[in-house]
Amino acid sequence: MSEIKLALRLLLRDWRAGELRVLALALIVAVASVTSVGFFADRVRQALTRDAHQLLGADLVLIADHPWKPDIADEIGKRGLAFAETAAFISMARYGAAATLTGVKAVSNGYPLRGKLRVSAGLNLPDNDTDVVPLPGVAWIDERLAMALSLRLGDAVEVGKLKLTVGAILTLEPDRSASFFNFAPRLIMHVDDLPDSGLVTTGSRVTYSLLAAGEPEAVSALEKALKPRLGRGESLQSLENARPEIRNTLDRSQQFVGLTALLAVVLAAVAVSLATRRYSARHQDAYAVMRCFGASSGRLLRLATLEFIALGVAASAVGCLIGFAAQFVIAGFVTELIGARLPVPSALPAAQGFLTGLALLLGFALPPLLQLRNVPALRVLRSDIGLPEQATVLAWGTGVSVISCLLVWQSGDLKLGLTVLCGFAGAFLVFGILAHVSLRLLARGNGRGAGANGGSGRSMWRYGLANLQRHARTNTVQIMALALGLTAVLLLTFTRGDLLATWQATVPADAPNRFIVNIQPEQKQPLLDLFKTSGLTPPPVHPMIRGRFTAYNGKPVRVEDFEERDRRMAEREFNLSYMAALPDANEVVAGRWFAANDAAAFSVEEGIAKRLGWKLGDTLTWQVAGREYSAPIGSIRKLNWDSMRVNFFVIASPGLMDAAPTSFITSFHLPEARAAYANAVSQRFTNLTVIDMSAILKQAQSVIGQVVRAVQFVFLFALGAGVLVLYSALLSTQDERQKEAALMRSLGASRAQILSSQRAEFAVLGALAGLLAALGATGIGWAIASQVFHFPYQVNHWVWLAGPLAGLACMALNAWSGARSALNHPPLLALRES
Amino acid sequence: MNPIIDVSRLCKIVSLARPPGEAAVKPAPELVILQDIDIAVMAGESVAIVGASGSGKSTLLGLLAGLDLPTTGSVRLDGTDLARLDEDGRAALRARLLGFVFQSFQLLPAFTALENVMLPLELAGVAGAGDLARAMLRRVGLGERLAHYPKYLSGGEQQRVALARAFVMRPKLLMADEPTGNLDAATGASVIELLFELNAELGTTLLLVTHDEALAGRCGRIVRLAAGRIVGEPVAA
Repeated sequence: MSEIKLALRLLLRDWRAGELRVLALALIVAVASVTSVGFFADRVRQALTRDAHQLLGADLVLIADHPWKPDIADEIGKRGLAFAETAAFISMARYGAAATLTGVKAVSNGYPLRGKLRVSAGLNLPDNDTDVVPLPGVAWIDERLAMALSLRLGDAVEVGKLKLTVGAILTLEPDRSASFFNFAPRLIMHVDDLPDSGLVTTGSRVTYSLLAAGEPEAVSALEKALKPRLGRGESLQSLENARPEIRNTLDRSQQFVGLTALLAVVLAAVAVSLATRRYSARHQDAYAVMRCFGASSGRLLRLATLEFIALGVAASAVGCLIGFAAQFVIAGFVTELIGARLPVPSALPAAQGFLTGLALLLGFALPPLLQLRNVPALRVLRSDIGLPEQATVLAWGTGVSVISCLLVWQSGDLKLGLTVLCGFAGAFLVFGILAHVSLRLLARGNGRGAGANGGSGRSMWRYGLANLQRHARTNTVQIMALALGLTAVLLLTFTRGDLLATWQATVPADAPNRFIVNIQPEQKQPLLDLFKTSGLTPPPVHPMIRGRFTAYNGKPVRVEDFEERDRRMAEREFNLSYMAALPDANEVVAGRWFAANDAAAFSVEEGIAKRLGWKLGDTLTWQVAGREYSAPIGSIRKLNWDSMRVNFFVIASPGLMDAAPTSFITSFHLPEARAAYANAVSQRFTNLTVIDMSAILKQAQSVIGQVVRAVQFVFLFALGAGVLVLYSALLSTQDERQKEAALMRSLGASRAQILSSQRAEFAVLGALAGLLAALGATGIGWAIASQVFHFPYQVNHWVWLAGPLAGLACMALNAWSGARSALNHPPLLALRES
Repeated sequence: MNPIIDVSRLCKIVSLARPPGEAAVKPAPELVILQDIDIAVMAGESVAIVGASGSGKSTLLGLLAGLDLPTTGSVRLDGTDLARLDEDGRAALRARLLGFVFQSFQLLPAFTALENVMLPLELAGVAGAGDLARAMLRRVGLGERLAHYPKYLSGGEQQRVALARAFVMRPKLLMADEPTGNLDAATGASVIELLFELNAELGTTLLLVTHDEALAGRCGRIVRLAAGRIVGEPVAA
């Protein structure tokens, strides 16, 4: 007991004397950073588990891209399970002259089998659960659709050939809650209205679902019975594999934000290490005195360990509290994405926070403390006897191992964790080398000029520059830490915007911005006529056939043969086309484009050929409406996806598939002033879907914007940790600076002269760090542009100004306190302390 | 009665770094710091070790306190041979027997005057450390400065705190290394006055290292060191 009490007393005394503040702050920042993300992810994960039934709307859902055969529905009924069906697709909803792209869901009675729909009698009115679905002739619409079309209860909204009366405002649709990236507003109607809508035609993409619910045994028996009977394009979702897309998206984003949080941890680790080194250096005398008073080295180690663990626990607790508060901010940024009420977080993230805090202490603070117990007691008589230096490698080794484990643990993936670790290590190494070399060059240049005559200001400036080399080690660390933090900030402020702007600039101003899909053969000519009469140039209209890839070189395609990520690609229905002329923005890179009298062939896109392993001459077989079409690959095309034109992965030579059921698709540029034309098309051809790409892009950007804001917020912790590294690096030289300043003042230097020398040093440090950060941000921007998005990156020159300015600002803030304390410290006191 | 300090044929020799360029075949040069030292100090005695700078005074003190080990010879403290104890054993012996006063005070900068005096009591697990330390600081005239940090105390005040810290454990033996070395004459005199007062009050054995003949003269016996050897016979002051 007395040991713990004494350790706590020692902690209190060290804390009061300000010896442990930076260390504690670094731990707090690291723990807050990790737990803010942890608490948030925990809440979303709990929501997903809690809502698992509702997320499905049933206990078992059968999903297909074609109507289910009646015997499957019968099977569900025979087993005594509750049953419902839905059909979901994208279409235009119209009211008056306005039209908007809408997610339509046609539902049968009984839907949803689990969870309840909630509706209200008008916008912003209280909502209630309901056990019914819209009657035939009625539509329930969500707030977004009501706003977009200015619809009120009782109005008649048009969908395809139907005129449906708006019966309620839909406020909650359980199997849609917590779903990410729902772009289109929602309309729910009765499934019996579907045949009259004229919307289910050749080429329309409809998702047909059968819902089942009941006793668990009966459900699992049904699952077992149906699984072997599933065909291509049919799948089954149960509670265990519910909504994999949500789980994947969540896991991915949590991984990404979690790794962002770890940047703060890595920087905090550097701060912890620097702060403990200072603590250890300043406590050598104290430990020597205590040994002189009879404390054994084991006892000193126990005391120091207890003291630091107590500090770690206290700092982690504060960090957890801050993390808990911060997760509300993160949740606030992405509310629209989640759209579900989140439960209270569990204690697990707090435990992870404590673990992180203590791991940091163990990895970075304990090694210097272990050394401290070896301080020779003789130091009380001879101050020149200090600690041996040899344990440095061991100390850093322990720290790096701890950080590696944390990274792998947080990313949940060995490869990803190690990649990020190498990224950090690489950045540290590159920044470290560049900083070190720059400091040496500056010092050399400064040394050459030393003989020249100059005023006292200049000599002080030179003295400051000479200090750069004198404190080379800590200065390098300061530059590295600040540069890393600033790189992150520049990436999120400048580079992100630049990438977007550069990409937008690659899209020509007259690039198509509207797509029209679902055009039936008999509508093709009237539609082109409407273009002409409206004074618009008729765009090229391409046939579109939905087909399934069934055989490769005569062998049936088995989805299991493909890698996980390519399975969906191989399994889904492809949009195929046929045409005589090579489309614009396409380039044949292998084989040759169809010529007259050539045998039937396919032309395939380069990327998909690579992913699915297709080569020139391979025979592909496609199944369209029960008939198979086979031909060899005659050419491989490279195409520019950014052209916003209609592009096809697979194009058949003319004549091969002309007999297959076909719809048509077109894209065109509609000037903003003529936006009403899109509505005119919807009015005239009720089954057509007009997709406004700019609106979808805007929505996607707003979604990305939300995620970026959350990431930016988490980056604040990293920036905080970076500033702490700066501060602790500054502190590590503060004693020396104070002594120097005191000596210089006792030798007659004025306050202004000392300030000028310190300013010179800090200005160079800040500017160097800023320049390195600008270099880092530009390099990463270039890599992303050229390697990931494949477009030329245009360097933003402002980053070269903003980087150094931000570096100077951080340094000024940091140096201000250091310089002030050096100057305000009476010279006599400083000299006496030394 | 056994002596509290019994030193016999004590030698301390250190190897020096080889000058650059010298062949490694020759043995490294050695420096003899102390040679053939024999001293016996009885309980209650006050002994001064005097000598010029570099004569080996402080090294001898370090060896007597078990802070360092001799090359040859033995040191017995209160009947225990230091060579037979490990580092922790010697620390435990110091805790039981010794108090220290250093030339550079060696106060812990993060601790107040009171906390500095409390520290040895706390390390020994003595109950009521605060009260004992407070009383001792009042005894040395610093009752008003309990909460002050060392850097806000004058040199004389700091050494008084160090005296309080040394005597608060009521040690059998007090070792003082140039206790006035960092103080001006007047302050030094008042500190020494206090040291001897406390020594007399508590009946402590005193071993004092100094180059100040006047200060040495106040001790019961003087041992003179020159070039690592005791010169002349131990004399009674």
